[in-house]
Amino acid sequence: MDHLILKVTTKLLFAPIILFALYVQFHGDYGPGGGFQAGVIFAVAFILHAFCFGLAETKKVLPQKALVIAMVAGLLFYALTGVATMLLGANLLGYDAIDPQSTHHAGQHYGILLVEWGVGMCVASTMLTIFYHFTGREPDIDQEDW
Amino acid sequence: MSLIAQLPVLPIIIPLVAAPLTLLLPKPRLPWVWASVVAWVTFAACAWLLATVASTGMISYHLGDWAPPLGIEYRVDLANALVLFLVSGVAALVFAFSYHSVRAEVDAAQTPLFYGAMLICLTGLLGVTITGDAFNVFVFLEISSLSTYALVAMGARRDRRALTAAFNYLVMGTIGATFFVIGIGLLYQATGTLNMADLHERLIGQDNRMVQAGFAFIVVGIGLKLAMFPLHLWLPNAYTYAPSAVSAFLAATATKVAVYVLIRFFFSVFNFDFAFIGAAFTYVLLPLGIAGMFIASLAAVFQDDVKRLLAYSSVGQIGYMLLGLSFATVEGLTASLVHVFNHALMKGALFMAVACVVLRAGSHSINAFAGLGKRMPVTTWAIILSGLSLIGVPLTVGFVSKWYLLDAAFSSGHGYSGFLIVASSLIALLYVGRLAEVMLLREPPSEGKYAFPAKEAPLAMLIPMWVLVIANIYFGIRTDLTGGIAQRAAEALMLTAGGAP
Repeated sequence: MDHLILKVTTKLLFAPIILFALYVQFHGDYGPGGGFQAGVIFAVAFILHAFCFGLAETKKVLPQKALVIAMVAGLLFYALTGVATMLLGANLLGYDAIDPQSTHHAGQHYGILLVEWGVGMCVASTMLTIFYHFTGREPDIDQEDW
Repeated sequence: MSLIAQLPVLPIIIPLVAAPLTLLLPKPRLPWVWASVVAWVTFAACAWLLATVASTGMISYHLGDWAPPLGIEYRVDLANALVLFLVSGVAALVFAFSYHSVRAEVDAAQTPLFYGAMLICLTGLLGVTITGDAFNVFVFLEISSLSTYALVAMGARRDRRALTAAFNYLVMGTIGATFFVIGIGLLYQATGTLNMADLHERLIGQDNRMVQAGFAFIVVGIGLKLAMFPLHLWLPNAYTYAPSAVSAFLAATATKVAVYVLIRFFFSVFNFDFAFIGAAFTYVLLPLGIAGMFIASLAAVFQDDVKRLLAYSSVGQIGYMLLGLSFATVEGLTASLVHVFNHALMKGALFMAVACVVLRAGSHSINAFAGLGKRMPVTTWAIILSGLSLIGVPLTVGFVSKWYLLDAAFSSGHGYSGFLIVASSLIALLYVGRLAEVMLLREPPSEGKYAFPAKEAPLAMLIPMWVLVIANIYFGIRTDLTGGIAQRAAEALMLTAGGAP
């Protein structure tokens, strides 16, 4: 079995990377971070996995089909949060409507958490889709075949 | 939730929420059904918005309940309500039209992505139009452009040159967007605000290098997006190699929205005290508009590919819009807005007709059109009627545009340009006439590459196409509808800009 050290290290790092992604995700409204960065870090864990174990193995864990669903779900999560605030009587993305009784705008906090979660999902799955397509694409077409 | 209060945001949120869902629908029919229904609902919202604005005046909508100028504001007045109505209306027709054309030209596996990208593109175009925030314009411009690049590249199944066309467009479009955002950045540096109305207030009396540079960057950036004459090089290839339904959609909407953005920046962000703006009208828009009218139209005469012919003609027609704009009078601005609307009607109909021919003949070379009058008479007459409209024959919208333009040219003291408008219309007569000659007078080839059985396009394509053709005539007779709204919009814009009414 070749590259044993790399494979063991990757297995060791995989979970902490995802944990870090979740930290960046949920800490985003207090410090640097947020859905975009978290999504990229989350995707990096799987990209590292693909580097060490091959794309086929990674696709067993996260098939392309699941990524499409995650992309759609992420975008909808964001947009429907906005629609939900509309249904609650505020304008689009008027988060205060989520918790109107709050004296310190807690609704803003919940709202941005929900939206950032959507961003995170969408970015992670889009990053991985791009990676899958670049690494998994067929060889270049011959100049003569154009 | 009150639907009226949320009306301004509906044209954006409906296609945006619907777009990702197309990816989950089973192929091949359902993504199209879904996208078409959504486009019609969006159109209904835009029509309602236009009616509301026409009766009650300007509407302002605060996203996230953050008050402008800090928050993003959607600001709908007559000028953008008209463009919203146009873009969503064309979208509704093109989406309904596209099923057979897309099935023939785009990979089956890509159809859900295709309709998703079309909806995202629609969202972007409507967003550019509706927003009252300068940076938000850039964001939506990129949303529409990025999806457009993908849509153009999807023509690669039929012709690999679509890939280079899309890449070319990507490079030019990105340079345009970058210039635009640099311009916005400079204005932000000078004023500390991004809200258009607030920018307008704070730019009054400012005439320094930074504002001048910002202005120049914005004009060049938008010029690239709207295919202003020497910056049009991306357009002919992009329109030629894109799938036909995409060509029809883009030709009728994308450049029109860019013209609207130019108008918005000239009249609602900058003002006539700003010395540069007069120079831009006289030394940039006027000569480039006229150059486009002649050079691009002449180039169209010599094209052997009908889609490319129409694309060059589009560049020429944009010249008319810039010319009207450059007079800087209410009449000129009215003519420009009317032509934005009318040109979308004619080019939409023409590109749809070409899509019908491509479906049956498999080619958009002019040779495929030989004897088309015998093989596809319904399509042929659609081309001829909208071609007449392109020339500016009375009772069509083209005539209305030219009439308003001539009126504006003579009343603003640019009488010579009136003659140039007529002269360039004669060039349009040449290329439309050439197409008509090929279609009506030549015999259809009975064998060889361009021979195909005499069969009309399916009704699902003919009906939306003829709706646009009839719109060409309807709005050519009922001139008070578009002309009236455009005039009121132009008066409001001129009032903000501080020019003589």
